[in-house]
Amino acid sequence: MDKMPKWADVLLIPFINLLLAFILSGLVILAIGKDPLVAIKTMVEGSFGSTNAWGYTLYYATNYIFTGLAVAIAFHARMFNIGGEGQAAIGGLGVALVCLAVDWPHWTLALPAATIGAAIFGAGWALIPAYLQARRGSHIVITTIMFNFISAALMGYLLVNALKEPGNMAAETRDFPAGAHLPSFHEMLAPFGIEFSKHAPANISFLLALLCCFLFWVLIWRTRLGFAIRSFGHSETAARYAGISPTKIIMISMMISGALAGLMAINNVMGESERLILNSVEGAGFIGIAVALMGRSHPVGVFLAALLFGFLTQGGAELQLWENIPRELVVVIQALVILFTGALDNMVRAPVERLFLKFKKRVA
Amino acid sequence: MDFLTLIQILDSAVRLATPLLLACLAGLFSERGGIFDIGLEGKMLAAAMLSASVAAVTGNVWLGMFAGVGISILLALLHGLASITFRGDQLISGVAINFLAAGLTVVIGQSWFGLGGRTPSLMGEGRFKSLEWPLTETLEGIPIAGPLYSELISGHTFLVYVALLAVPASWFILFRTRFGLRLRAVGENPAAVDTAGISVVRLRYAAVAICGVLCGLAGVYLATGLAAGFVKDMTAGRGFIALAALIFAKWRPWHAMGACMLFGVLEALSNRYQSIEAPTYIIVAILIVMAAGLVWSSRKSLLDLAVLGGVAFLLVTVGTVSLFSSGLFGQTAIPGQFIQALPYILTVVILAGFVGKATPPRAGGEPYVKER
Repeated sequence: MDKMPKWADVLLIPFINLLLAFILSGLVILAIGKDPLVAIKTMVEGSFGSTNAWGYTLYYATNYIFTGLAVAIAFHARMFNIGGEGQAAIGGLGVALVCLAVDWPHWTLALPAATIGAAIFGAGWALIPAYLQARRGSHIVITTIMFNFISAALMGYLLVNALKEPGNMAAETRDFPAGAHLPSFHEMLAPFGIEFSKHAPANISFLLALLCCFLFWVLIWRTRLGFAIRSFGHSETAARYAGISPTKIIMISMMISGALAGLMAINNVMGESERLILNSVEGAGFIGIAVALMGRSHPVGVFLAALLFGFLTQGGAELQLWENIPRELVVVIQALVILFTGALDNMVRAPVERLFLKFKKRVA
Repeated sequence: MDFLTLIQILDSAVRLATPLLLACLAGLFSERGGIFDIGLEGKMLAAAMLSASVAAVTGNVWLGMFAGVGISILLALLHGLASITFRGDQLISGVAINFLAAGLTVVIGQSWFGLGGRTPSLMGEGRFKSLEWPLTETLEGIPIAGPLYSELISGHTFLVYVALLAVPASWFILFRTRFGLRLRAVGENPAAVDTAGISVVRLRYAAVAICGVLCGLAGVYLATGLAAGFVKDMTAGRGFIALAALIFAKWRPWHAMGACMLFGVLEALSNRYQSIEAPTYIIVAILIVMAAGLVWSSRKSLLDLAVLGGVAFLLVTVGTVSLFSSGLFGQTAIPGQFIQALPYILTVVILAGFVGKATPPRAGGEPYVKER
């Protein structure tokens, strides 16, 4: 059977899926008695209208790049890592421990150390589900879901009983030392004469996220390990026949996935709140699923999808502020994107494929 | 702990186990039919919200119940559409349904009632009433059996008894009827069912629809029986605990009841106590035995030793810390967070196959394609 051209698969189908999701979301806005056009205007202005707005959009996008890449690398090995939420939370623990352990003199020293801490803790939290999948055949989806809940309980316990500063009512650590402060966009762009909002949380982790996108691409398409991961994802039997160890691939790809999710903590814990708080991840681990699905597990796609969801998150906050539409609307849009790009993919794909075949026949 | 406290804890355990049990049986039908469903949570949430809304507006809990079950069936059919008709990924579809419900319940609830996603509190006929069994007052005076009867057995709402009756009913349907045999077969080997001239698609849709009904009842009970109205995210992971119970029960109805009751007791305990005191030497002994077991079972491979040895090391560390902080014959406080996480931890242990092996239905999660 002939196939569709590649651009249709990479661009057209995600576009149709997104359009469907947006149309349905528009209907939801209509149904609750608001004007979708006003809503879109509010969202666009609120997320791109000023450098402050851009700062929030890019801040959220940074989170989603990390979690999106985490889900994407597991997808390449045909695994579904639903545990990004827990891995990012535990990654935050790693960042907090590193930042609080030493009175860091400068961020150039603190950042690499915290990066390693976040990656190790995130990977460690993915280790047991990966091991159980590889050696015991326990379904990775179920174990990672369970580990999300276990991590929530663990973080609750640790913050209240071990990490909280005595006398502080809120369950949070003390503030990180000043030397662990990451440069924000305001500080980074000031030397170039660009005036960026002081209050926006976007920081240098955005560049780290871009670096991760590039390294992801190198790993998956330019290295032997990446080839092994992709072949394992296409056909386990073929990979096994080629001498690729399934245990090794499952373990390594899940650990990288956990490490990427953990790295998100550099942005939200070290870059934004500068202390560890309860429930710091705020669902970003789950949004990573939508991001990876929309981005077709490719770093460029993940980057664009993360930008889209950064816009939606920031725009959603603005909607709540100005239009009195709950920001949970973004969760609805996220759900519809997951539904159309992930679960109902065939619903869109089959008719489009048929259309292309018809068109081809007519040309020939 | 005196007898009356015990009865009270068990009583609240039964109430808390009810939504778990209904959702667990819902998952049982779906997964026995070969459709994985991690969207139990979302269906419960949607049913809870709509039933509370309808009950609040009409003042009639029965109308609320039908509305709640209705929306749950709709979502279940959406899951069926994605995973049976369009052969999509069942896990991804379940995730989508969870988010859809989490978002829509708040967005719509805010627009209807303007209470930030809550529904108005239900009063009078808007809630399910406790059913008092006959002779509760006369029998109350009898020691042990009296309070057992009047507190534990009598005095629950209608849906608690429905959930308990659903267990033998599910067992009968699955293991003693033709439909049940076919349903189980379609989860194990759909090609064989197809060859016998029975529609795989129809059977799977039936499984998904039954799942919708039971999930709906679970959600309705949450909002109109256990609580008085809907609050944002009120399922709070119960759909996933039900999923855990299903694995714990190895996809069998009676065991599902046992697992849900166990998880209900755990929830009741963690609601009542901040932490539970236990003698340190018992805790240390348990931890050491577990650590030794892990190391023993990993003696054959280096990878096993690295991972399980690491876990064993953590267990021993926890034991050492509690030993040094309270002394061997002191009391160690088991934190409430641990008791809350215990259902999830137990499920991972069961899944790992260290204590019995949980094997899911063989064709679960795979869309059936007629011609290869």
